[in-house]
Amino acid sequence: MTEINKKKIDLWSNIGSRATFGLAALELEKKIKELFVVTCDVSTSAGLDRFRKQVPHKYVDVGISEQNMIGVASGLSTEGFKVITTTFAPFQTLRCCEQIKVNQGYMKTKIVMVGLASGLVLGALGFTHCSIEEVGVLRSIPNLAIVSPADSLEVVKSLEAALNYESSVYIRLTGGSQSPIVNSEDYKFEIGKAIKLTDGDDVTIFSCGAMVHNSLEAALILKKNDISCRVVNMHTIKPVDVDSIKESAKFSKLIVTVEEHNIIGGLGSAISEELTKIKDSPKLLRIGINDKYNKGGSYTYLQKIYELLPEQISNKIIKNLT
Amino acid sequence: MNNLEKKNAIDLAKKLKKKILDLSFYAGSSSSHFGGALSSADIVASLFGEVMNFNKKNFKSSSRDRFILSKGHGCMVYYAVLNILGIIPDEKLKTFEKDSSDLLGHPVKNSEIGIDFSTGSLGMGLSLGIGLSLAFKRKEMKNRVFVLVGDGECNEGSIWESALCAPNLELNNLTVIIDHNNFQQTGSNDEIMSIKNLESKWSSFNWNTILVDGHDINKLTTALKSNNSNLPKAIIAKTIKGKGFSFSENNNDWHHKVMTNKTYQEAKEEISKND
Repeated sequence: MTEINKKKIDLWSNIGSRATFGLAALELEKKIKELFVVTCDVSTSAGLDRFRKQVPHKYVDVGISEQNMIGVASGLSTEGFKVITTTFAPFQTLRCCEQIKVNQGYMKTKIVMVGLASGLVLGALGFTHCSIEEVGVLRSIPNLAIVSPADSLEVVKSLEAALNYESSVYIRLTGGSQSPIVNSEDYKFEIGKAIKLTDGDDVTIFSCGAMVHNSLEAALILKKNDISCRVVNMHTIKPVDVDSIKESAKFSKLIVTVEEHNIIGGLGSAISEELTKIKDSPKLLRIGINDKYNKGGSYTYLQKIYELLPEQISNKIIKNLT
Repeated sequence: MNNLEKKNAIDLAKKLKKKILDLSFYAGSSSSHFGGALSSADIVASLFGEVMNFNKKNFKSSSRDRFILSKGHGCMVYYAVLNILGIIPDEKLKTFEKDSSDLLGHPVKNSEIGIDFSTGSLGMGLSLGIGLSLAFKRKEMKNRVFVLVGDGECNEGSIWESALCAPNLELNNLTVIIDHNNFQQTGSNDEIMSIKNLESKWSSFNWNTILVDGHDINKLTTALKSNNSNLPKAIIAKTIKGKGFSFSENNNDWHHKVMTNKTYQEAKEEISKND
C-alpha cells in the first residue's frame, strides 16, 4: 500500500488529480515490477515526466494515436504487464471506444485507463476537450469498472485498487489543481463500495468526482435550513453499490445524484436503474449537465451555468422537497 | 495423423483449401467469407508450415510465436490450420457458425484451441501485435509476432496509426502480411477506396517492405524468414481472392456467400481432378 500522511494529502490536493496520478504511478512502479505506462503525447499533462525519465523501459509514448494506444496496451497486458494508459478523457474513451469494447470488454484484456481532465475543467478550450458523455458510453460495455475519485488522495487509492481489480477499470479524473480535500486522512477504499461521508435523515446525496466536495458544501447549506443530508461518495459508478442505494431508499424523503456529466447515462442513470427495482422508492433528483453543449468558459463559470455550485445544488433540493 | 512436423507448406496449402471448402459447407445458410479465406491460404500455409514456432505441443506455451488474424472474417483459414495441426478437433469444426459454437464467423479468443485474440472489427490487430512485440523486446524474449491484414482493411485509419508506430519502436520481431487480393466487401479496391501502391506506402512508413507473389510458397517462406533489419517487416502478398476454385477466383460474389450442395460437390470434383 502507498504510504499516506497529512503532508502528502496536502501536496496532492495542491497539485490536483492529474499531477497526483503521475506521482502515484511512479511510486507504484517501485512495488509493481510489471507496471507499464502507455501514453499519447501527454506525459507533461499527466504528471508523468519524472516517470518517463526515471523508468523509460516501462513507458512508451505511441504518439497521438489513441486507437493504437489501446491495442498496444492490450498486447502488453496479454504478455503479463500491468498496463496503465492515459490521455485526456475524451480521447482516452470515445476516440477509441470500439477498441475498448473489443479488447477490454469482449476479450477481457485487463488494463487501467486514466481519463485526464474529465468533466468541465477544460471548458475554456471548448467542448472538444470537456468530457460529459464517456461514462454513459462506457457503462454499456461489459467487463469494465468505472471509478471517479472524489479528491487527489482517492486518485492514489483508486489507481492502486484498479491495478489489483479483477477487470479493466476506467478512472475518471475531474477537478483542477488546488482540488479540495474530501478525505483528510487515510481510509478504506474498495472499488464498488460507496463511502458515507455525512449522515442525515431527510435527503441522500449520491455524488462522485469533484462534485462530492460541492455536495458536502450543499449539505452544510441545507443543514442551516434544518434539512439533514446523508452524503455518499459513490466513487464507483460501475459496479454501482446496490446495498448503499437500498439502504438510503428505506428512509430518505428524496434521493439526489450530483455529477459532472450529462444527466443521461452517468451516475444518476445508474442509480435510477436500481431505484426502479425498489417498491415505493423515494423520488430521485438528478443534478448534472442537462444534455446540452453550452458556450465554453472557466471551470467555475461552467459549474454555474450548469447549476452545479453548492448553493445551486441546495436550492434545487429545497425546491424538490416542498 | 494431424501432426504437421516435417510436412511442407505446399502440402498444407492444399489441405487448407479443402478444409475451407468443407467449412463453408458446414456454415450452411448462415454464409461464410469464402474468397478472403482462400486468398490467405498460401500465406497461412507458409507461416504455420514453415516459419512459425507454433504446433500442437507448444500452442499453450509462452515460447510459441504469435499469430493475429487481423482480417478476422478470413477465419476459415485459421480454423482449418488449427484443425490440421490437431488443435481444433474435427467435430468442433462442424459447429462452425452454429448456435453457441466456439467457431463463429470471426475468431473468438480461446486459449484451449489456440486462438489468442478476438478479431473481426477491422484495423485492430496490428496494434495488438505491436504490444506483443514490445513485450517480448522488454522481456528479452525471442518470440516473433505475425499479423495478417487485408488490403481492404488498410482503409482503416487505425492501421496507419500502428504502421507509424512499429518502426519508431524498432520492432524487428514483428511482421505484418498484407493479403493484397484487390477486393473488398462490395467491389474492387479501386472501385471502393483505391489504395494505390501499398508497397510504397508501407515502405515510406519505414517498414522493411517486401512485395511477393502471395501464392508462391517458396517466395513467401523466404520473405517471411528473411531477417536483416532492425525494422519491422511488411510483406505485401499479391493474391487472388477465392484462389483455388475456378468459380470463386477473382469473383467478388464469393466475398460472403452460401455454399450450396451443388457448388460444394462441383468444387470437390475440381479439387480431385487437380490433385
